[in-house]
Amino acid sequence: MVLNSTIQQDGTPRYIASVNDPILELKNVKVFYGSYMAVQNINIPIARNKITAFIGPSGCGKSTVLRSINRMNELIPSTRVEGEIVFQGQNLYAPQVDSVEVRRRIGMVFQKPNPFPKSIYDNICYGPRVMGVNNKQVLDEIVEKSLRGAALWDEVKNDLNKSGMALSGGQQQRLCIARTIAVEPEVILMDEPCASLDPIATQRIEELMRELQDNYTIVIVTHNMQQAVRASDYTAFFNIRKKETGNKETRWGELIEFNETARMFESPQSQETADYISGRFG
Amino acid sequence: MTSLLNITQDQYKQKLQARQTQGVLYTYLYRSSLVVAVLSLIVLALTVLNQNFGLVVVQYKIDPTTLSDEPLENLDKNQLGEILQQNAPRRILVLVRDTLAAVAPDQFTTLNLDQALGNVVFPEGINPSEQKITDLSDDQVLALLVENSTPSEMLTFVNTEVVGVDILKTYSFYESASNRAAIDAETTEKFPEATIEFRSWLSGRFLQNGQSANVNDIGVRTALIGSLWIMLVTILTALPLGVGAAIYLEEYATDNAVNRLIETNIRNLAGVPSIIYGILGLSIFVRALVFITSGSAFSGLGVEANANGRTILSAGMSLALLILPIIIINGQEAIRAVPRTIREASYGLGATKWQTISRQVLPAAIPGVLTGTILAFSRAIGETAPLIVVGASTVLTSDPNNVFSPFTVIPIQIYNWTSRPQPEYQHIAAAAIIVLLILLLVLNTFAIILRNRYSKNLS
Repeated sequence: MVLNSTIQQDGTPRYIASVNDPILELKNVKVFYGSYMAVQNINIPIARNKITAFIGPSGCGKSTVLRSINRMNELIPSTRVEGEIVFQGQNLYAPQVDSVEVRRRIGMVFQKPNPFPKSIYDNICYGPRVMGVNNKQVLDEIVEKSLRGAALWDEVKNDLNKSGMALSGGQQQRLCIARTIAVEPEVILMDEPCASLDPIATQRIEELMRELQDNYTIVIVTHNMQQAVRASDYTAFFNIRKKETGNKETRWGELIEFNETARMFESPQSQETADYISGRFG
Repeated sequence: MTSLLNITQDQYKQKLQARQTQGVLYTYLYRSSLVVAVLSLIVLALTVLNQNFGLVVVQYKIDPTTLSDEPLENLDKNQLGEILQQNAPRRILVLVRDTLAAVAPDQFTTLNLDQALGNVVFPEGINPSEQKITDLSDDQVLALLVENSTPSEMLTFVNTEVVGVDILKTYSFYESASNRAAIDAETTEKFPEATIEFRSWLSGRFLQNGQSANVNDIGVRTALIGSLWIMLVTILTALPLGVGAAIYLEEYATDNAVNRLIETNIRNLAGVPSIIYGILGLSIFVRALVFITSGSAFSGLGVEANANGRTILSAGMSLALLILPIIIINGQEAIRAVPRTIREASYGLGATKWQTISRQVLPAAIPGVLTGTILAFSRAIGETAPLIVVGASTVLTSDPNNVFSPFTVIPIQIYNWTSRPQPEYQHIAAAAIIVLLILLLVLNTFAIILRNRYSKNLS
């Protein structure tokens, strides 16, 4: 484990641990909304088959960065990404890359469970169907495998035609995870997946993440530092930077520290990180 | 700790009382607005029903009960033909000429039958290419008439030629109910031969009959069929165009000055007076596109073209223009109301933009789109002004049978009938208003059921 320490223009140090054979690498990423820069100086390697957590105070841009990994932020008009996000050796923002394929290979689970207003079966089949898979037998197998993968099969196997909206919040979120793994992605992005769930449902999702880790790389945004400690292997800490120009204040987010989770919480390299994880601010 | 509110408990209580009273007053205000609205509706319904039901003083040349043991409505057309032959034998030839002749009256008796008559069915025993109408026996002429008339037409012939119903005086329901004795007295004095009948002007016969010079036989059939045809054209034109435009504006159009200008203008168009759309329809569909709207462009396909562009197609498309802005605006609202999370979920699973729109956004937006369509439809079905400009016929003797037919619609007939001086026409107009309202209710119910079905599928 090598720790690269660099000094940025603003004089604060950055600590970025290196990772062997990363599946994804964010290199000097900046995200703009129109002319407003939301984040900059994002350099994160994402380890293969590991869970990486993004933590930081509200407004630090961790969700923005997460959404730029599968080009989901393009749904907001006038969004622009600078720098490179390299996935399996390919820059995702190269002109020849189709965002539809990116999202298939890098799936996403959202903060609020968002099953389609359709049956459980149709929810799982949506991804395969849009790809053109229509064979009933194949779809049946995909449904079972995905629901088993998301630890939901035993609870719903007799109600596959029931609406996905009729499930409990935790079940809905596991349905969304099942739906995501049905298209066989390599990476799963999770944007505060437990924010609207109770502690028991949260625990089940965290256990599920550990099971999924064998086959998928997971990146999770969380507000809950205990969750980051419990459920992640690597942690990236983001913080807010401000600048006064005249009487106008501009804010943006930056990456402060990236390290193995255990190390970061035991011995944070940056004073900002130490302050945040000890609860002194944020 | 001192309070910054600087208000005593008594003052607070006093003000609270005033605040509560204010709320109660507003409740009464809202409730009274509702009462006014409901009362107006009730008055409207009562006025129409009052005109629809009532006594009529009728006089028959021949009392229909002497013609047959059964009511005339129950007889088949051969029996009606016999009645015609027994009671008005000389009128049969006239009826044949008036209803079946394809040539001018002076040629009717001199040409052979196949030329003199239009597209008719000849009974057995007639040789149309050699015989003239004057060569036929009375029985053959009667058979010719019966063969080529519907039962309701035959009934009309018997009613006008034999029974000769004459409506002498009409009364509203209120007059009939409150003043029966005076009506009886007046009738016996003024019309000793006449009988008094209680009738609903809205009846099966009113729906079945077309237009007629005789008040007793007037019906709304041609107008009802015209309304249905025009609604079909309107909805088939406006719905796809409107939803398409809404999808484009919401999902594809970028937020620039041109698109904002277009959107603002669509909103303004929804408020443009309907007669303007009539003028638009007149200049575009009736005049400029006459080649298409009259059907002459399709005459190679066996379409019978109309002489001008004043057809169902022109009328339907003019109304489609009228309701297009309403459908677009409601469609946009419905599409905008689809939660962003649904779109994100779809994109997140690797769906393309069009797949997301067609498989998630549109199905979720359908209930909203249908609500807008119901509103637009209700407006279109009652429109009169633009159709007058586009050229509705007030008197139309034949039913429209394709989109290139001349047309009339129920509101036009109501307008026409209410403007007649004869009091009987007010009753006929009332009956037509009821038909229009029922038609509206039926179509809206259908749309609401459709909408609820989609909403249920989604939840």
